[in-house]
Amino acid sequence: MKRALLTMALAATPALAAPIAITGATAHTARGEEVIRNATIIIDNGRITAIGAGLAVPAGATVIDAKGQPVTPGIVAVPSDLGLTEVGGVRETNDGSARTSSYSAALDMAAAINPGSLHFAIYRMAGVTRAAAVPDSGNAVFGGQGAVLSLAANGPTVTRPRAFQYVELGEAGARLAGGSRPAAYAQLIDLLDAAKRLAANPAASVGGDDSGSLVKRRDVEALLPVLSGAQSLMVHVERAADILEVLKLKARYPAIRPVLVGAREAWLVAAQIARAGVPVITHSLYDLPDDFEGLAASRNNAGHLQAAGVTVVLGPLGGVGGTTPVNLPGYAGNAVGQGTVPGGKGLTKGQALASITANPARVLGLADTGTLEVGKRADIVLWDGDPLELMSTPVAVWIDGAPQPMTSRQTLLAQRYKALGRTDLPLQYPR
Amino acid sequence: MIRLEGGKVAEIGASVTVPEGAKLIEAQGKYVTAGIIDIHSHLGVYPSPGVQAHSDGNEATSPARPEVWAEHSVWPQDPGFSRALAGGITALHALPGSANLFGGRGVTLKPVYGRSVQEMKFPGAPYSLKMACGENPKRVYGSRNQLPATRMGNIAYARQLWSDAAIYKRRWDDYTKRAEAGSAKPTDAPRRELALDTLMGVLNGEILVQNHCYRADEMANVISMSREFGYKVTAFHHAVESYKIADMLKAEGICSAMWADWYGFKMESYDGIRENIALVNAAGACAIVHSDDENGIQRLNQEAAKAIAAGRRLGLTITPELAWTWLSLNPAKGLGIGDRTGSLEAGKAADVVLWSAEPFSVYARPTHVWIDGALMYDWGDPKRRPTADFELGQPGAGEVK
Repeated sequence: MKRALLTMALAATPALAAPIAITGATAHTARGEEVIRNATIIIDNGRITAIGAGLAVPAGATVIDAKGQPVTPGIVAVPSDLGLTEVGGVRETNDGSARTSSYSAALDMAAAINPGSLHFAIYRMAGVTRAAAVPDSGNAVFGGQGAVLSLAANGPTVTRPRAFQYVELGEAGARLAGGSRPAAYAQLIDLLDAAKRLAANPAASVGGDDSGSLVKRRDVEALLPVLSGAQSLMVHVERAADILEVLKLKARYPAIRPVLVGAREAWLVAAQIARAGVPVITHSLYDLPDDFEGLAASRNNAGHLQAAGVTVVLGPLGGVGGTTPVNLPGYAGNAVGQGTVPGGKGLTKGQALASITANPARVLGLADTGTLEVGKRADIVLWDGDPLELMSTPVAVWIDGAPQPMTSRQTLLAQRYKALGRTDLPLQYPR
Repeated sequence: MIRLEGGKVAEIGASVTVPEGAKLIEAQGKYVTAGIIDIHSHLGVYPSPGVQAHSDGNEATSPARPEVWAEHSVWPQDPGFSRALAGGITALHALPGSANLFGGRGVTLKPVYGRSVQEMKFPGAPYSLKMACGENPKRVYGSRNQLPATRMGNIAYARQLWSDAAIYKRRWDDYTKRAEAGSAKPTDAPRRELALDTLMGVLNGEILVQNHCYRADEMANVISMSREFGYKVTAFHHAVESYKIADMLKAEGICSAMWADWYGFKMESYDGIRENIALVNAAGACAIVHSDDENGIQRLNQEAAKAIAAGRRLGLTITPELAWTWLSLNPAKGLGIGDRTGSLEAGKAADVVLWSAEPFSVYARPTHVWIDGALMYDWGDPKRRPTADFELGQPGAGEVK
């Protein structure tokens, strides 16, 4: 028994698996508009070791004939609540938000990640290979430290804990901080300034540990990597004026690396965002004045930002009903479609693919992920049609070179109920 | 070719008569479909911006409020109407929310701006009664320590009201009979109870029941209740578990209004699967793609595309033509307007969408939308792209949304 377990563990280790050669693929590499026809991709030791048209297949390699179908890098979903939330409406299955905690920035999502969540398999089957588990601020503007996840069935799941900090400004931040944007900024500055003092003098007194303290030392400590730029700072804002306020923070804390999240009015200040070198995570389908901080929402947002030179990430953000990482290719495809509308501003297909692969990987600091090129992690999806089309679906997914199972609880339910009618035993018995 | 005349589809075929002076629209390489009909929308009753002052969809002051009518909450200046129109919507059903077991009456509208809701109503469309089962009513009222706090409470409360409605109906039927016979005085007329009026309309078959219900077992309970009191459920809405009882729904003649892939956001949606719509369709039951969402209503064609793909992955055969009935003819039937709209055939309303590409493609957009033969949207003509009052002079005004 012990021996069998050992064998299984070895089989799951890509280092010892035979090389894989995907041949005859149409490779959309997510490097600009590059498409390599009749591409061969060699995967060894979890990495892409060669990619090009019609390359020779190494001896002993497992060959996958793509038959001309597209391959893309795996999709990177940012932000998500993967591993943090099982059922949104069932509070005890929800670790993304801590409404009555005394802590905020110190909250470390890595401790909560549940690789057993059924969503992993559902997203993975849709081509999602990496995700950022992002907290939802519950009691203060800072939500805590998010983690980068791999969706590989055999793990490891948390590949980078404490990868970034999350903060709510705008209307949501105002509500959390006591009722106004100035209150939100007071909280933000209070903690970041305390972190500044602590960075300058580790012995500095920066807040108490009792429940009444406005500033918790652990929260301040958690902001040191934000201050130094070691962690990026995801900032949820929507209104153009709020975005400009965030950009100003770089003057006060020169090393911080803000990433704008939501940013429905970003297109109004695209040039300033580009100049500041700040990436934007938005949704391609925001087009309604949902609230008074998103009055200018337009599906042209991503197109304008891209044209201004901003790094654009399309994320499965809220505010669009039923939003899910499963639909990221469709969101990217819609950004392409927007460009066909008279007066519309869209993305090219290459830009759209990058907005859900290369760009989110870059924003998460995953230098070896997000494109199909030599040396990168072999996170690869083989599709049965145009990857951005709604009717296309992945037929195979590799993460770190390991082929992934293509079943989920949803496919099991569908199979169980596919044929209704009288059976000898209820459907709940195995057949 | 298709000829629109007098607000109706006059002729459709490989070639049609082109009267002198007719306006010709060149559609070479494009696709034309019947307009999309959303059977579950809250446009107008939960308009944008979604501030508390605009929250007019749930009269959550009693589990039963069949006396309220969604049309009295509709804000005709909801910017969402213009977005729905640009997505190829030619009719939509605005419903009260699902906090209550009996939410009130729904109304069928056209996404054409008017100064009043009366100008937006689909003439002659029957009202609906919005009902809800499951988590929402029991959560809303249970948290106030009142009935219903459980699923059994949901059904018990509803049965009592149906029982009251049956008595009310008998009283009115009796009075009407006597009045027609000339043996009743005007003062004999029973007092009109507006709540029971709506339920009596259902019992008389004049008002259609649109029933929010996620789980298969709860749908079955509702069907039992409807048999007990002699009414019919027209459609189960949200219906994420319809695939578990698709044969029963076919036998009952009840439609399922569904999302393509929403699941897991609440316990009763946990078993939602992407194959739901296709499986309901395959069982021969009535499948409808709905939105329940001011964003989703803008691209129901895309939701249907995802449902087709999921069905095909499961080995089911679904033609695009058949899938379009999920978007137009089936919702039209579910709203009692299937004889007037929902398909492109001579004599029906000229509710027509011209698409830039194959309509199930992610890249496709409506280029033109006609409602009753009137060109209400043209993607290339700013004068045919409406802007709600609310959006005038706001940040971003004038931008293509």
